Amino acid sequence: MSEDEQILDKITQSDYKYGFTTNIETETAPIGLNEDTIKFISAKKEEPEWMLEWRLKAYRHWLTMKEPEWAHVKYPKVDFQDIYYYAAPKKKKQLKSLDEVDPELLDTFNKLGISLEEQKKLAGVAVDAVVDSVSVKTTFQKTLEKHGIIFSSMSEAIKKHPDLVKKYLGTVVPYSDNFYATLNSAVFSDGSFVFVPKGVRCPIELSTYFRINAAKTGQFERTLIIAEEGSYVSYLEGCTAPMRDENQLHAAVVEIVALDDAEVKYSTVQNWYPGDKEGKGGIYNFVTKRGACRGKNSKISWTQVETGSAVTWKYPSVMLMGDNSVGEFYSVAVTNNHQQADTGTKMVHVGKNTRSTIISKGISAGFSNNSYRGLVKVTKRAENARNFSQCDSLLLGDKCGAHTFPYIDTDNKSAIVEHEATTSKISDDQLFYLNQRGIDTEDAIGLIVNGYAKDVIKQLPMEFAVEAQKLLQITLEGSVG
Amino acid sequence: MLLNIKNLHIEIEGKEIIKGLNLGINKGEIHAIMGPNGTGKSTLAYAIAGREGYEITKGEIIYKGENILDWEPDKRANEGIFMGFQYPVEIPGVSMTNFMRTALNAKREYRNEEPLTGKEFLAKMEEKKKLVEIHSKLTSRSVNEGFSGGEKKKNEIFQMALLEPTLAVLDETDSGLDIDALKIVANGVNMMKNENNAFLIITHYQRLLNYIVPDFVHVLYDGKIVKSGGKKLAEQLEEHGYEWIKEEFERVS
Amino acid sequence: MDTVADNISLKEKFEKQFEEHKKDLFSRDTKTVAEYRTKGFESFRQMGFPHKRMENWRNTDLSKVLDMDYNQNLIPAQEEVDVQDLFECKVHDFDTEISSLLNGWYVYSDAPLRKLPDGTILGSLAKAMEEYPELVDRYYGKAFKLEQNGFTAMNTAFAQDGVFIYVPDNVKVAKPIQMINIINKNENIFIQNRNLVILGRNAELSLVHCDDSINHHVSFTNSLTEAIVKENAKLDHYKLQNLNNNSTLINSSFFDLEKDSRLTTNAISLNGGLIRNNIHVSLNGENGAADIFGVFLMDRDQHVDNQVFVDHKVPNCYSNELFKGILDDQASGVFNGHIMVRRDAQKTNAYQNNKNLLLTDDAKMHTKPFLEIYADDVKCSHGATVGQLDDDAMFYLKARGINADKARVLLMYAFAAEVIQKITIEPLRIRIDDMVKRRLRGELSVCEKCVLHCSEPEKEIQFDIDLSKI
Repeated sequence: MSEDEQILDKITQSDYKYGFTTNIETETAPIGLNEDTIKFISAKKEEPEWMLEWRLKAYRHWLTMKEPEWAHVKYPKVDFQDIYYYAAPKKKKQLKSLDEVDPELLDTFNKLGISLEEQKKLAGVAVDAVVDSVSVKTTFQKTLEKHGIIFSSMSEAIKKHPDLVKKYLGTVVPYSDNFYATLNSAVFSDGSFVFVPKGVRCPIELSTYFRINAAKTGQFERTLIIAEEGSYVSYLEGCTAPMRDENQLHAAVVEIVALDDAEVKYSTVQNWYPGDKEGKGGIYNFVTKRGACRGKNSKISWTQVETGSAVTWKYPSVMLMGDNSVGEFYSVAVTNNHQQADTGTKMVHVGKNTRSTIISKGISAGFSNNSYRGLVKVTKRAENARNFSQCDSLLLGDKCGAHTFPYIDTDNKSAIVEHEATTSKISDDQLFYLNQRGIDTEDAIGLIVNGYAKDVIKQLPMEFAVEAQKLLQITLEGSVG
Repeated sequence: MLLNIKNLHIEIEGKEIIKGLNLGINKGEIHAIMGPNGTGKSTLAYAIAGREGYEITKGEIIYKGENILDWEPDKRANEGIFMGFQYPVEIPGVSMTNFMRTALNAKREYRNEEPLTGKEFLAKMEEKKKLVEIHSKLTSRSVNEGFSGGEKKKNEIFQMALLEPTLAVLDETDSGLDIDALKIVANGVNMMKNENNAFLIITHYQRLLNYIVPDFVHVLYDGKIVKSGGKKLAEQLEEHGYEWIKEEFERVS
Repeated sequence: MDTVADNISLKEKFEKQFEEHKKDLFSRDTKTVAEYRTKGFESFRQMGFPHKRMENWRNTDLSKVLDMDYNQNLIPAQEEVDVQDLFECKVHDFDTEISSLLNGWYVYSDAPLRKLPDGTILGSLAKAMEEYPELVDRYYGKAFKLEQNGFTAMNTAFAQDGVFIYVPDNVKVAKPIQMINIINKNENIFIQNRNLVILGRNAELSLVHCDDSINHHVSFTNSLTEAIVKENAKLDHYKLQNLNNNSTLINSSFFDLEKDSRLTTNAISLNGGLIRNNIHVSLNGENGAADIFGVFLMDRDQHVDNQVFVDHKVPNCYSNELFKGILDDQASGVFNGHIMVRRDAQKTNAYQNNKNLLLTDDAKMHTKPFLEIYADDVKCSHGATVGQLDDDAMFYLKARGINADKARVLLMYAFAAEVIQKITIEPLRIRIDDMVKRRLRGELSVCEKCVLHCSEPEKEIQFDIDLSKI
C-alpha cells in the first residue's frame, strides 16, 4: 500500500472522538406512540385545542402510511414503538470549569475557533453572571422587538401568536406530506418560530447567538419562518461543534414562507454523531425542509454543510409560485466510514420567469455512500423558467460510492434546464505538488477538499464559513494532526 | 557537499530509466543538466523530490549529509528542496494565497517557528511578487487554474522565491516561455542565488543558460551523465546538437 | 417489486392462452429454451404488466394500450410470402442481406435458415433451434434476469420465432444484415419475437433493425434482442422505428460485450404511437467500448421512452451515451440513463448526455441521467438539458437574411445532426438525414407511412449556410 493510501486509510478509519453526551434528567412520556402520547405532549406544552387536533389528525394519517424505501440507503428499520416521544430537559449537569471537559473536545472547539464562552456553554460549564448568554440574548431580543421581528421557540409562538402559527403551519409541508413529516406533525417537540414583518431587514443573523439552545430542541424539531413583503432574514441552524444525541431518529420539519419581494437565507451545518467506524450507532436524520416563494420576486436560498449522521435523508426544496421568484440550493455533503447520505433538492417552477440554481458537492470516503437526488420540475404555466444544476462528486478511496440521481421534468417549451455533473478523485499529481511545497498529505487533502467545496462554503455567513471549512477538514482527518 | 548522488539507478514500472548516475553539488553552485528528450532528466528531478512510483533500485541520494530516500516529499520540501515543475498541476478552488500561506507555515512549523500572521504573510508575498513581476491578480486565483503556460512557470519561480529553498531543482522551467518570461525566470534565479543555496537546472535548450550562468554543465544520456564541463559545453551542444555526444557514447560502449 | 398488475383481464387472457397452447409453444424448443419458457411464464404470472407506480415506468403509461384486446399469433401462418410484395426498402444503394419477420414469424423466399458464403448463419430462430440447438442453448436467455421485468419474462414465455444470426470467429460480414419486422394484420395483434445475435471472436457485423407497420391497425410488439459480442468483435447496430400511431413497441436489447469488443448502437425513432427502448449494455471484459446513441423526433400524441442501463463490471472500459430529442405537439419523451460503475471497474470512462428541444407548451420531457459509482479512479460525467432553440443563434441566422421558419428548421436540423452524423453506413445516413430534414419541415408528419419506403426519389435539400459555423 502506498503512503498516500495509508494516510487515506488512516483518515477514513479515524474515530469520531468528539461526540459527547450530557446526562439530562428528563421527565418523559411513556415509551411508544399512541393517541395518549400525543395528548400527553400537547398537555405538557399547554397547547390550545386546535393544535392537539392537528397533531391527532396527522397521527391518524400517519398510521395509514408506509415508510419510504426509494432512497439509496440501507439501515435497520426504526421501531416507532420503542421511542420516547417526549423528554423535557429538566436540569443539566454542570461542570465547574473547562478543566473538567474532555481535552480532545476542547481541542476540536479550538480548531473550530469557537469562543471560550461558547465552549463553556456547549460543554455544559457553568457560566458566570457577567457573560451569561441569557443577558446577551435579551439584548438581541430587544433589537428584534424594536423591528417587530418575532423570534421564539415554537411552543412559545403557539401560545403567544396562535393566529400566525395557525395561518402558516402546515401550509408548506402539509401534515400528510410524507411519512416522517407526518410523524413530526403528530409529535413535534419544539423548534424555532421566526416572523419578519413587512419591509423589515433583520439586522442580525438569527440564531448565531442562540445556536447552543437551538441545538437542543430535540429529535422532532419543527421550524416555521415567515418573511412578509419586502423583508429579509438570514437564519442559521445547527452547530459546527459535534453533537451527540441518544435519540437515533431525527425527523425535523422546516417550513419557510416568502411573500412578495421577501428573501430568506437558511444555512445549516449538520454534525450529528455519525456512528462508529464499524457503522454502529449514529443518527438517522430524516428531514423535510421546504420553502414556498409565494410572492413575486421572492427568494429562498438553502445552504447546507452536512458532515454528520449515520443516515441522511434530506431534500431542502423550493416551491417557486410567485412570478420572478428565485430558489437556490448549495450543498456540501461529506460521508466517511459507513455513513450514508441521500440528499439533494426539489425545485418546482410554477410562476413565470422563475429561476433556480443547484450546486451540490458530494465527498465520500471510507465505506460510505453519498447520493445526490434532485428534482427540477417545470410546470405547464411556468413560462421562461431557468434552472442550472451542477452536481459533483469526489471520491476518497476505492471502497466508497458516489451517486447522482437527477430528475428533470419539463412541461413548458420556454424552459431552459441544464444539469452537469462530474465524478473525480484527488489526483496523485495534485497531492504530490502540495507535498513538494512542504504540505503534508492530510493538510493537502483538507486544502483540496475545501477548494472543491468553495462554491458552497462562500454562500455561508462569514463566521460560519470559517468554521465550516475547518469542520470539513476535521471530518476527514479525524484525530490526526 | 549539499547534494551527493551516488550510483543512482531508478526504475519506473520495471523499466530502468536512470542507470548509475553520479552527481555532486556544493552550496553556491549552479548546475545545468542537459540532454535529449527521454533520457531521464525529469525522472531525476522527481526522484530528488521523492515522487512515488520512481523506484530506486540501487545507489543513494545524500542531502545535507543524510540519505533522504526514506523521506516523504513534504519532509524533503521542508528541509529546503524545491522542485519547479515542468507541468504544474491545477488545483481548483484553492487560492494561491491560501496555498502559499499553508506551505510557508508548514515549513515554519517544521522548524519550530511561529506561523506568520496574515499581515506578515501578505507583506512577504508582496515583496516576492515584485521579484518575479507577477501580477496581483494571479495570487487571488486558484492554484494554476486557467494560467497560461508562461504564467504557470512564473508562478513556480514566485513560489521558489517565497519558500527560499536550499536546493532548487527546476525541471524544464524554460520550456514554452517567450523571451520576456524567460528573462524573468532567469532573473529570479540570479537574484536568489547566494553562497548558501544551489540550483539544479534541467533543460533541453541552451538558451536559458544565456541568462543564468552555470558553474557546471552535465549531459545526461541513456540514464547516465556522459559528459561534464563548464558553460562552454552548453554552447557546443547548442551548436552541434546532441548527435556527437550520442556517437561518442556509442563508441565508448 | 410490486406484483399487482393493472390489467388483469389481458394478463388472465394470456395466461389462459399459455395453458391452451402449451403444446404449440413448446413444440420447437430446445431443452434450455423450454426451461426458460417455463420460468418466464412463472415470472410473468407473478409480475404481470408493468404499471406507472413502478419507478421505471413512472412516466410511461401503458394502461390505455393494455386496456385493449389483442390476439397473439401463436401458430405460424402456413403461407409462403414474398416479402418483396409487402415491403420494399427504398434506401438508395442500400445493399443488405434481408431477414424478415411478418407479424412475429420469420418469412422467406428460399430457405428459413441460410448459410452465407463466409459461414455466417442467418435466418429463423425457430429453425435454428432445430438445426443448431447447441449454439442456441449456449447463448439464449443469459443476458438478463427474468424476474426483473414483466416484458422480458413475458417474451421468454411466449416468443417462438425471431431472427437468428451467428457470425463465426474472424468473419467480417461484408453486407449489412437488415432485420425487418413487418406488421400487416387487420386485427389487434400482440407480437412477441425474439432475436439472438452472436458475434464470434474478431467478427464484425453491421446490423440494421427496422420496425415497420404497413397498415393503420392497432398492434403491440414486445421484441427482445440478445446480442453477444465476443472478444475483439465489433457490432454496429441501428434501430429504426417507424410505426403507425396506433402501435406500441417495447423493444429490449441486451448487449453483452466481452474483452476488447466494440459496440455502436443507434436508436432512431421517427414515428410510432408509444415506443419504449430498453437498452442494456453489459461491459464484461476489459477494454470494451460502447457508443450508445439515439435520436427521436416525436409529434402529435406520440410517446418515446429510452431506458439505457450501462453496467461497467470490469476495469478499463469506455461508454458514451448521447441521446437527442425533439418533441412537437403533445408528444412526450422520457430518457432514463443509468451508468453503474462497479467496485472493481477502475479506470472507467463513462459519459452520458441527453439534450432535448420542446417545440410546444404541450410537449413534455422527463429526463433522469443517473450515475451510480463505486470505484474511485474513474472519469464519469453526465449532462442533460431541456430547452428551446438558442435565441442568439436564431438572431444570427436572421441577421444573415434567413427567415424565422427556415432558421428554426436549420437549427433543429443542426441539433439532430450530431447523432445522425454518427451513422457509418453511408446510404443509410443520407436517407435518414433526408428523412429528418423532411420531418422537420413538416412534410413527413402528415405521411403516416414508413420513412424508408414511402418517398419519392431523393431530392437534395439545399442549406444556404455552413451549419458548422453556427
